[in-house]
Amino acid sequence: MKIKKFMLMLTLLLALGMVLGACGSGDEGSGSDSGGEDTENSGSDGSDSGSAEGGDFSVAMVTDVGGVDDKSFNQSAWEGLQAFGEEHGLEEDEGYDYAQSESDADYNTNLNRLVRQGYNLIYGIGYLLQPAIEEVASQYPDTNFSIVDSVAEGDNIASITFKEHQGSFLAGVAAAHKTESNHVGFVGGVDGDLINKFEAGYIAGVKSVNKDIEVDVEYAGSFAASDKGKLIASNMYSGGADVIYHASGATGNGVFAQAKDIKNNNPDENVWVIGVDRDQHEEGAIGDDNVTLTSMVKRVDIAVQDVSQQAMDGEFPGGEVLEYGLGDEAISIARTNEEALTEEITTAIEEWKQKITNGDIEVPSTRDELKEFESSL
Amino acid sequence: MFSNRLVNILIPIISVILGLLSGAFIMLIFGYNPIQGYAALWNGAFGDLYFLGETIRQVTPYILSGLAVAFAFRTGLFNIGVEGQVFMGWLASVWVGVSFEAPMIIHLPLAILAAALAGAAWGFVPGLLKAKLGVHEVIVTIMMNYIALYSANAIVRHVITDNADKTEQVAPTASLGSEWLEQLTYFSRLHYGFVVALFGALIMWFLLNKTVRGFELRSVGFNKDASHYAGMNVSRNIILSMVISGAFAGLAGAMEGIGTFGYYSVKSGFTNIGFDGIAVALLGGNAAIGVIFAAFLFGTLKIGALNMPTQAGVPTELVEIVIALIIFFVASSYMIRWLILRFKKEGK
Repeated sequence: MKIKKFMLMLTLLLALGMVLGACGSGDEGSGSDSGGEDTENSGSDGSDSGSAEGGDFSVAMVTDVGGVDDKSFNQSAWEGLQAFGEEHGLEEDEGYDYAQSESDADYNTNLNRLVRQGYNLIYGIGYLLQPAIEEVASQYPDTNFSIVDSVAEGDNIASITFKEHQGSFLAGVAAAHKTESNHVGFVGGVDGDLINKFEAGYIAGVKSVNKDIEVDVEYAGSFAASDKGKLIASNMYSGGADVIYHASGATGNGVFAQAKDIKNNNPDENVWVIGVDRDQHEEGAIGDDNVTLTSMVKRVDIAVQDVSQQAMDGEFPGGEVLEYGLGDEAISIARTNEEALTEEITTAIEEWKQKITNGDIEVPSTRDELKEFESSL
Repeated sequence: MFSNRLVNILIPIISVILGLLSGAFIMLIFGYNPIQGYAALWNGAFGDLYFLGETIRQVTPYILSGLAVAFAFRTGLFNIGVEGQVFMGWLASVWVGVSFEAPMIIHLPLAILAAALAGAAWGFVPGLLKAKLGVHEVIVTIMMNYIALYSANAIVRHVITDNADKTEQVAPTASLGSEWLEQLTYFSRLHYGFVVALFGALIMWFLLNKTVRGFELRSVGFNKDASHYAGMNVSRNIILSMVISGAFAGLAGAMEGIGTFGYYSVKSGFTNIGFDGIAVALLGGNAAIGVIFAAFLFGTLKIGALNMPTQAGVPTELVEIVIALIIFFVASSYMIRWLILRFKKEGK
């Protein structure tokens, strides 16, 4: 008796499942077939999957934990791929696609899966993927890989790096011209080679304009801790700094929040933020005012499109380290806040930019180089 | 007819089914095809040997972190600090792995042992505070998680390396990795850690169910005062329980340290191995064998989920929702138990 009742319950559950299932497959009848094909492909030896699609070119990317809606470089890279796909009439999910990583254990799995789905070129977005890319690239020599923001070794890997120090230098020039207290700040994400490049370039830019300007440097230890960003910004602003440049991803949202809070309390206060990676003009909007002085824009999308194009033309720069800088327009200074970034400042930025592209000055990219640079001033 | 044992087995199974069904509902509501979604999940976890290897790799630390939580639970302690103990175990195993060379027969066991000891030490502190001063272990372990996260970062940065983001790769003699397993599974990161994990489950079962010490530990979990009255040393058992729990967690860290990754990189947040361990232990009914099955389910969901966006277009967030729903139904097992009992009564 009791068992019967219980079986009835289980049966009902199962039946419910079936009904739901039936509704589902009704929507897109042929959809479930595609799953089968994929696994057949991936069952074959991995090494020949790169050429499985014949003449068709396909490209995919693996995000770091930020995801494609991070308003920063993952998003920018994805926009680049989308633009590339549209330009060449590729279809999303077949010609170009992305895989999102939830934790750093997922990088290898995602890269491997894309290889096995037969993509010709696979991007790893962010320096965190460097070990994973090197490992997977050595296992699949027939597939091309590319890493953004880091240098990975391998004949089938193209490393995309940016001369962030150059852009940061110009950001420093802007800050030095804007500051009234002769005191500016820098907020970094994770203390490491990459962000040190921003720091060195920025300080060099500030000191080149005026050696006596004081620069506060502070690291939040994370790219996703906006609470810490706010705290650090609060300390810096109350300590007398009036322009803060952040190179800290989502941590920087806290810097913006603090600047806007100050501006809210007293609209005459002189506080500015310099954004990073994308033009962060929107981030700084408060009423009719805007606390975003400018942004150091890093066009990951341009670089991604460029490398995809080269790979498609059969000229994939494997084993090379590509450096995108001011000359390629891949690094630039945003001019959206015309009110704050006055004529005088933009002329100054242009002058320094000329000097950098001409090679008149070598912008330091590490703390050691910065020391030398400062002593030469 | 419905023995308690049967009910105990049925509850997690029904929870999982309900969770999957509600997941299907949500997929339907948002206009995704649940059959396609779950098919992608299945293919992503078992589609071929590569994915099977990755799934087992993911299951390995979950088994150990689940055991860690379950062990403490059985003694009536809530070890939220598994996350921190995982960090410590991870760091210790890598540290041993990179700092010197030795024959494998010494190096590998030493690295594993170091991980267990580091985790145990991290569990000892909250155990001691709880036993001697009555400080609640939940609060202490949560704080210890942060201490572990940031001190491990500082050690990697300033002690093991010179201001680098990650340590060197561990020496091959200290690695659990195996070329044979990798080739068998088309370069997945499967390693011998799963043997350690299964052995860990065996140890937990034996310790709790077959030894006097285990009886004492469980007894303290059931009723502290009665145990004290029966002449058991309650505070020693509390400390011991946290230490053993921490050792399991440390081993989970070693699985990542000398198994999956082979290095420790500076972390900006938690890995969730420890926190997921809480759910694994709950789902597995705090028993060794249950934890293995629950860890398997979690690992499958985690790895399979990665395939859902590419193959079926279902966002990964949705898989997180499905997992959350399963945990929800497990946590509300009282409701399911009540329903079963109700059926039972009506049947009479």
